[in-house]
Amino acid sequence: MVLIDLQNLIKFYGPVKALNGLSLKVPKSSLYGLLGPNGAGKTTALRILCTLLSPDSGKVFISGIDALKDPRSARKRLGYVAQEIALDKILTGRELLKLQGDLYHLQNNERDEQIEKLTSRLNMADWIDRRCGSYSGGMRRRLDLAAGLLHRPELLVLDEPTVGLDIESRSAIWQLLRELKSSGTTILLSSHYLEEVEALADQIAIIDGGRVIAEGAPDDLKKCLGGDRVTLRVREFSDEDEAQIVRKILLNIGGVQQVVINRAQGFSLNLVVDGEEVLPRLREELLEAKFDLFSLSQSRPSLDDVYLQATGRTLMDAELAIASKRDLKLESKQAMR
Amino acid sequence: MTNTLNTFLAETKPDSFADQIQEISALTRRLFIQLIRRPSTLIAGILQPLIWLLLFGALFAKAPDGLVSAGMSYGSFLGAGVIVFTAFSGALNAGLPIMFDREFGFLNRLLVAPLYSRNSIVFASVIYITVISLLQSLAIMITAFFLGYGWPSISGLLLVVMTLLILVFAVTALSLGLAFALPGHIELIAVIFVINLPLLFASTALAPISFMPSWLGWLASINPLTFAIEPIRAAYAGPLHLQMTLLHAPYGNVSGYGCLSVLIGIALGLFLVISPLLNRKLA
Repeated sequence: MVLIDLQNLIKFYGPVKALNGLSLKVPKSSLYGLLGPNGAGKTTALRILCTLLSPDSGKVFISGIDALKDPRSARKRLGYVAQEIALDKILTGRELLKLQGDLYHLQNNERDEQIEKLTSRLNMADWIDRRCGSYSGGMRRRLDLAAGLLHRPELLVLDEPTVGLDIESRSAIWQLLRELKSSGTTILLSSHYLEEVEALADQIAIIDGGRVIAEGAPDDLKKCLGGDRVTLRVREFSDEDEAQIVRKILLNIGGVQQVVINRAQGFSLNLVVDGEEVLPRLREELLEAKFDLFSLSQSRPSLDDVYLQATGRTLMDAELAIASKRDLKLESKQAMR
Repeated sequence: MTNTLNTFLAETKPDSFADQIQEISALTRRLFIQLIRRPSTLIAGILQPLIWLLLFGALFAKAPDGLVSAGMSYGSFLGAGVIVFTAFSGALNAGLPIMFDREFGFLNRLLVAPLYSRNSIVFASVIYITVISLLQSLAIMITAFFLGYGWPSISGLLLVVMTLLILVFAVTALSLGLAFALPGHIELIAVIFVINLPLLFASTALAPISFMPSWLGWLASINPLTFAIEPIRAAYAGPLHLQMTLLHAPYGNVSGYGCLSVLIGIALGLFLVISPLLNRKLA
């Protein structure tokens, strides 16, 4: 059964097209990961899903409810844990949770029971009665997560839930998300950490340029790729020109399907080859063209390769490219209501 | 037994109304917790008008005869001005907490919640500001009393409270509108600064219109503050007759009822202008 159904979402920020026809179906009780570089449109999509932003066109359904027409019913069903954690530093954690409970119209006893439960579940008992202003990043994130879960939503939406967190907080949050999923909560999370999505999600969608460019179970996506992955360097740190020359040589070799220059890894070359038998030929051809082989490694396809295959660049490169184009000031203005 | 009763109450709970009361009281409670933990604004807000009252009162104690109407000391003349000005500046600042909530993203926490009505956010601010203004006014009135400037009658007191409520409602609406229309708190503070003191000096808070040059008299007699100051001043002056002329404006005489009607008109006008803006921003 489909819990979230986003249809052909388009959203402009001024002249910038943040979402370019994004469509997504998230099955009930799944842990769904949105993977993509910063600036790909993940946050915009999640903000539209959570009724914080309206799309220029497109449709949003949450368990059959048209969230654009009946936002209040949609809001009741979802818990949203935003990327930027906004706590009131004057309130204590408990007071914030009480406020949150009242905004979701919980009865007092139900609200206080839930607060107790989440406080012990997220190990917040020691500091829940201290003011939020004194919390560390991990504490803030845990409290924010508790606030999102307070009304027992059937859908939990998390935007980059573990960015900048210590390892302990991160694994505590991962553990909680897995438990929630097994108890039937649908979870949609965005991340630009490959390992986070890989570790948690049973379904993923890769987002790039405001659209979904690939979706499925991580293992299936990797299997679909086929071929062997090879990373090759002619020296430890190469440059663009040299990498381009080497790329041309490699592309002419039979059995080489694809060659991509990986800027983030010192202009190494990422190849997809038919099989192991191609490897000796790579060495021969390069030596003939007077290039050394500094290193050559072979691996199974990873999610990064899935991304690479779909977009022709690595996740890291995409992030670098987008970072220079983003207008953060405009974005923060758009995010302000 | 209790359980049955609770279930019964839960089932018959008039959903929408109880929901709205719950969210308004939660939002209001937050503002008061902030106030109690950060009392400096309240303390300053109470001390400042008292200082105004003392200093201005002393400054103009020997004001020439005829500056204020016969039988009234300058101090009791000034009291009404300080009360109104204090309520006015307090309400003008009402948008600041909301502006900070916008800037820090806390407003998103409120907007993603299934509020029965997003106007609850506005109501909470209005309740908060009104309570503070009434506290400040009370402090001013008590101080004025001990300075020998008198105390209004019961009906006068009611008039003071009613006038303040209308004024605070109107100005809070204005400030909340600004808090959503302007890009950030710097701009909001700038606008507050530009509005605040000029409106004080171009009103009858410090001197009557008869004492002003005619252009300033014109400004003062279209200044909303004047329409709040005069009824409150009348409440202090003695027996209360709202049909009496309270304001000798260049365009004619305005009675007490006239003053209140103008205030109500301004409040409604601002509300009508600003609520579509709030609805759009909060939709």
